[in-house]
Amino acid sequence: MTIKDWFEQRKEMQIARRAKETQIDDSIGKLWVKCYNCNTQLLKKDVEENLEVCPKCNYHFRINARTRINQLFDEGTFEEMFSDITTADPLNFKDTEPYKKRIAQAKAKTNMNEAVISGVGKIDGNEVAAAIMDFEFMGGSMGSVVGEKVTLAMEEALKRKIPMLAVTASGGARMQESILSLMQMAKTSCAVAKLNEAGLLYITVLTEPTFGGVTASFATLGDIIIAEQDARIGFAGRRVIEQTIRQSLPADFQTANYLMKYGQIDMISSRAELKSTISKLINLHKR
Amino acid sequence: MAILDFEKPLYEIEEKIQELKEISESSGMDVTEQIETFEKQAKEYKKELYANLTPAQRLQIARHPDRPSFLDYVKLITTDFIELHGDREGTDDRAIIGGIAKIDGQSVVIIGTQKGKTTKENLVYNFGMPQPQGYRKALRLFYHANKFKMPIVTLIDTPGAYPGMKAEETAQGTAIAVNLREMAKMEVPIIAVITGEGCSGGALGLAVADKVFMLEHSYYTVISPEGCASILWRDASKADIAAEALKITSEDLLKLEIIDGIIKEPLGGAHCDYEAIGKDLKNTVMESIKELEKIKPDKLKENRYNKFRKMGVFCQ
Repeated sequence: MTIKDWFEQRKEMQIARRAKETQIDDSIGKLWVKCYNCNTQLLKKDVEENLEVCPKCNYHFRINARTRINQLFDEGTFEEMFSDITTADPLNFKDTEPYKKRIAQAKAKTNMNEAVISGVGKIDGNEVAAAIMDFEFMGGSMGSVVGEKVTLAMEEALKRKIPMLAVTASGGARMQESILSLMQMAKTSCAVAKLNEAGLLYITVLTEPTFGGVTASFATLGDIIIAEQDARIGFAGRRVIEQTIRQSLPADFQTANYLMKYGQIDMISSRAELKSTISKLINLHKR
Repeated sequence: MAILDFEKPLYEIEEKIQELKEISESSGMDVTEQIETFEKQAKEYKKELYANLTPAQRLQIARHPDRPSFLDYVKLITTDFIELHGDREGTDDRAIIGGIAKIDGQSVVIIGTQKGKTTKENLVYNFGMPQPQGYRKALRLFYHANKFKMPIVTLIDTPGAYPGMKAEETAQGTAIAVNLREMAKMEVPIIAVITGEGCSGGALGLAVADKVFMLEHSYYTVISPEGCASILWRDASKADIAAEALKITSEDLLKLEIIDGIIKEPLGGAHCDYEAIGKDLKNTVMESIKELEKIKPDKLKENRYNKFRKMGVFCQ
């Protein structure tokens, strides 16, 4: 048995064991959570109070769009917009499941109607237009709705002459919308061109994970690019690269630290400091 | 010339006709009538065959090893081509080639992804898969075109941007994103033509254009059918089904209003008649340049923005 095999087997056993645990007592699952990174059993309440960051090892858990909004915006100031824009199935796409069914499942699972929330809110009193992505909704993939709502948020920034904030979390393009999904990269990037020409500040926060078509469009076009701690960010997926170049990649490949080392981002921020960092940047850019 | 599997029956008929001709010549038998009938039948069969190809079969034509490459088109449609090398930051990516040339007396900046026809060539051109430095070279040439008021022509045939370690370290995603944004700011006409494979962000990175055309058998997609099949079907052998589902043919894209027109290919595909496809490509490009040059720079930019702004289908 190679070490790799041993790890695989161990992982499978852990998964099997976990499944049993949840069967035994569901109420434990409601109160406790285990850190993916350090394996410590943690009280859910403690983790929530710590902004969904492990109090023991400081690992940043993925968070959904609504939690993100609550953490970043002044209480009660965020107004969601364009929520009436919902997914169509223009290609009548079906893989192993029909696209319509996948959408329905995602909606039920997340209580969201798409993978992004757009709107306007205040950060330490400054009005900001924002598009906040949600990885739980079909892996945060960008289809027509995501592209449209991100663009509309940017156009709202243009209209009100306020800064624009994008918080990304995405596996990439929504394959079920094929070429229409690819064109959202062009659409959102053209909207960034308009923000540039209007001289409006555009800040992007890349969170775990940001990949593919989102990385290759509006995510990396920020005037300021912030990566959240523990985020993995890249264009191609790790597996695709490994299969292409037939060699294994460094353990820290595509992590926020790795991107920082290669000069691709302005800074890494912990979740605790994120709001104040954005707020400072907005104030520094005020004329 | 490489023969694709679905072309084999056609090839066999043509071989038989040739044999018949040889027999008639050597034996002196008069079989002209039979030969004529066979030839007529073969021609009809050929027409029918190419009119009814599945997306997966057309994919094979788009990827045909003898398909004209960017440099072939440069020879076919331009004169006085001068290649401009390098990204000015340490690299001259060979998967993207660009320069200045004349088309019908009009100076243009012409840029494209380059594929090789042999393994040796493909190693040089990296199978038409650009590194970030290739996109940055293209960007530098876009700025050059904008400065000297030359239209930009891009010819795209790529299986995608290269997924490599160095590519990630030097920001493949950012390189493509910046091109998308900067192409939106250009004040000169941009014409993009998908000549073979138009795969994903790697293709789009040269295609935020005023006019986008596709050669008849080329394809344009968010992900290769093989990649899509292995992710959504968890089975790469389902690529044929994925090719169908993804709606990647030139007719599909015209219907979806993503492209502005289709350039018909000679029967059998572009590789069957370089001169003919070159002529049609050149005419299409020149017509578009003439049309777009009448539009004022501000309006041109606005039109381009609106063109991409309205792409996407959703409920409201």
